Amino acid sequence: MTRQKQEARNGYIFVSPWFIGFVLFLLYPLVASLCYSFCDYSVLKTPVFTGLDNFIRLFHDDVFWTCVKNTAYFCAIFLPASLVLSLGLAMLLNTKVWGMSIYRTIFYLPSLLPLVATACVFLWVFDSKGVVNSFLQMIHIHGPDWLASTAWSKITIILLSLWGVGNTMIIYLAGLQEVPQSLYEAAEIDGAKAWAKTKSVTLPMISPVILFNLIIGIVGSIQIFTIPYVMFPQGTPANSTYFYTEYLYDNAFKFHEMGYACAMGWILFVVTLLLTLVSLKISNKHVHYGGG
Amino acid sequence: MASPAQTSPPESLKATSSGVGSILKRAWSKSYVWVILIATVVGGVWAEKITWVPDYGKVTHVTYWEKWQDFERDAMMKVVDLYNSTEGKKKNIFVDFMPTADIQDKTIVATSGGTPPDIAGLEAVDVAAFADNGAIVKLDDYCKKYGIKGEDYIPVYWNMSVYKNHIYSVPTTPVTTALHYNVADFKAAGLDPDKPPQTFDDMDAIADKLTIKDARDVYTHFGFIPADPGWWNWCWGYWFGGKLWDGKSTITCNSPENIRAFEWLASYSKKYGPTKMTSFKGSFQFSSPQNPFIAGTEAMQLQGVWMYNFITKYNPSLSWRAVPFPHPADRPDLANATIADCDNLVIPVGAKHPDAAFDFMAFVERQPNMEMLCLGQRKFSPLVKVSDEFYKNHPNPYIKFYIQEARSKNAFSAPQMAIWNEYNKDLGTAFDEVTSLHKTPKEALDDVQQRTQQELDHYLMVDKARKEAGK
Repeated sequence: MTRQKQEARNGYIFVSPWFIGFVLFLLYPLVASLCYSFCDYSVLKTPVFTGLDNFIRLFHDDVFWTCVKNTAYFCAIFLPASLVLSLGLAMLLNTKVWGMSIYRTIFYLPSLLPLVATACVFLWVFDSKGVVNSFLQMIHIHGPDWLASTAWSKITIILLSLWGVGNTMIIYLAGLQEVPQSLYEAAEIDGAKAWAKTKSVTLPMISPVILFNLIIGIVGSIQIFTIPYVMFPQGTPANSTYFYTEYLYDNAFKFHEMGYACAMGWILFVVTLLLTLVSLKISNKHVHYGGG
Repeated sequence: MASPAQTSPPESLKATSSGVGSILKRAWSKSYVWVILIATVVGGVWAEKITWVPDYGKVTHVTYWEKWQDFERDAMMKVVDLYNSTEGKKKNIFVDFMPTADIQDKTIVATSGGTPPDIAGLEAVDVAAFADNGAIVKLDDYCKKYGIKGEDYIPVYWNMSVYKNHIYSVPTTPVTTALHYNVADFKAAGLDPDKPPQTFDDMDAIADKLTIKDARDVYTHFGFIPADPGWWNWCWGYWFGGKLWDGKSTITCNSPENIRAFEWLASYSKKYGPTKMTSFKGSFQFSSPQNPFIAGTEAMQLQGVWMYNFITKYNPSLSWRAVPFPHPADRPDLANATIADCDNLVIPVGAKHPDAAFDFMAFVERQPNMEMLCLGQRKFSPLVKVSDEFYKNHPNPYIKFYIQEARSKNAFSAPQMAIWNEYNKDLGTAFDEVTSLHKTPKEALDDVQQRTQQELDHYLMVDKARKEAGK
């Protein structure tokens, strides 16, 4: 056996644990879920091929559309808000102030907390007689019913989700620290003020990071699950917090409609893929890669 | 630059490294090593029969998953211990008791994966969906063998164990609901605590008297909040004589009785303001001192036999009573209606030791053991025969009343439907929409009717196709 072949064989052997795991735990479930999306399948009964029935039923399902609207509403508000807020925080935390490492730790800490624990604590914070409303009461504002009002329930989830922007912030911070100082110096020589420097140096230089956070944000926010699942069981009140992945989960494990849930899963995949591709296409003109 | 002392490993380490390296190199090059590695991985993955349970010799280990925690878990643990030390010991059966959260979901997943427990403690409302999916074993032959008969049980509980004329579960701890009211609140409002509301008209008038606002127009005390605790939003129509399903192919969600019930619910929102009621109730857990009834800020609440435990724990000085939930003034035939629910034991399909599992289940169903369990959980027995000792030792002063309610001809339970979980969820949504005054009762119930009828039609169509195809 030649050395090249030996190396190739060893290479295959070393990647085989990953490959076996990929085939068993990712590829097989993916292919199986695609097949089941065309079947009536409850996990325990033999799957029966029903063609496009699951997809047709989905498009006539009012609750499905409610979940789509709720998810779109969440993404439309949370995504831009989280991108702007985390970028703003990262810029503040990129300044040279005494004790900066402490501030960075404080702002990053919330994203380290388990989401279930966070949601449980925030049930108390956002309760009608909780911390937020007690504070509002002190300044003579009658706080809303954050958890039981259809008008405020989604806002509550968005506010709580924004509390955990630490991960996005830390990626921005890394990007900001990579911006060459010489560019700022050159801009200053040209007479640029703070806003001009941000617009013409910082944003173009960290545009690949913004794109990365945007795509990760799309994938993450479209799959919002844990916070509403813990804080608003079954999408209460009146399905106002019933999100796409929650309905998918309920169909799979509560309603014993795994085929229907698989169809939902594939629609979610296609929509996420399309949104990502559109983001990449639009970003072509606006993202500046180093040296490019 | 690093010094030579820092970069060169000691001689002994070098020798060891090269030794290991050479062994690995030789091993990689041998084809039999690959055969063994691949056979191990492939064999391990595909051999369905392989179990990693150690050899226990002659003793059969029965795995029992149960949802209970705290003192409810301890009560069943006592029965398990008794079995293991007596009958189990004689028969070489040992029950491994494992409290399990989200037991419904986990049992379904484990059953589909071929590794279910031998016994699972489900709620009665799950039995129909599990049986319909072929997830649990029919127990007709076992019940016959062990002499377990329907006539030994309070009918409403035994009926929950039967689906499509087959027995799929055996009852354990049952519950009924009733109107719980605060005696001190009645007295303070000048009401006679010996005259609790009998009809909904009575209840509305009393609730009105017991609802108090402060000078800032903020409610400080409520008479009754329909959404508290909000666990049985499917039940309201039953109090007014309604049904949710004809038992076959028709959903009856928008019947006049059900609409009347939801109109009664909406009347509370119109009278007191939907947001003011929900704000007052808050989102604190039922099991907490903030529960408005336990805290003494809500005079009447629909609750069950378990309420005694929580009042004793959080506010033992609370003076309370339990009476039948009211009925409409024009329907005296609906007096003593109550929600009956029950915990049940099932054997999932694919259980390794179904015979030994049922031996334990039959042990639990014996009168003394059942009473030990129900007394430990401070509930009542689902069996018709109850010993005097049980009543004597039971701490709940209303235990006979709850049993009496269970035996009422108007005791009702959730319909045994395969699509019940979806239906129940949609009724909860309708409840929210009506009590928040976003939809009229008719609009909300018409929506649920249409959606659930479609789901039922689809279910029946697929079920028929499956039967024809023999699947």
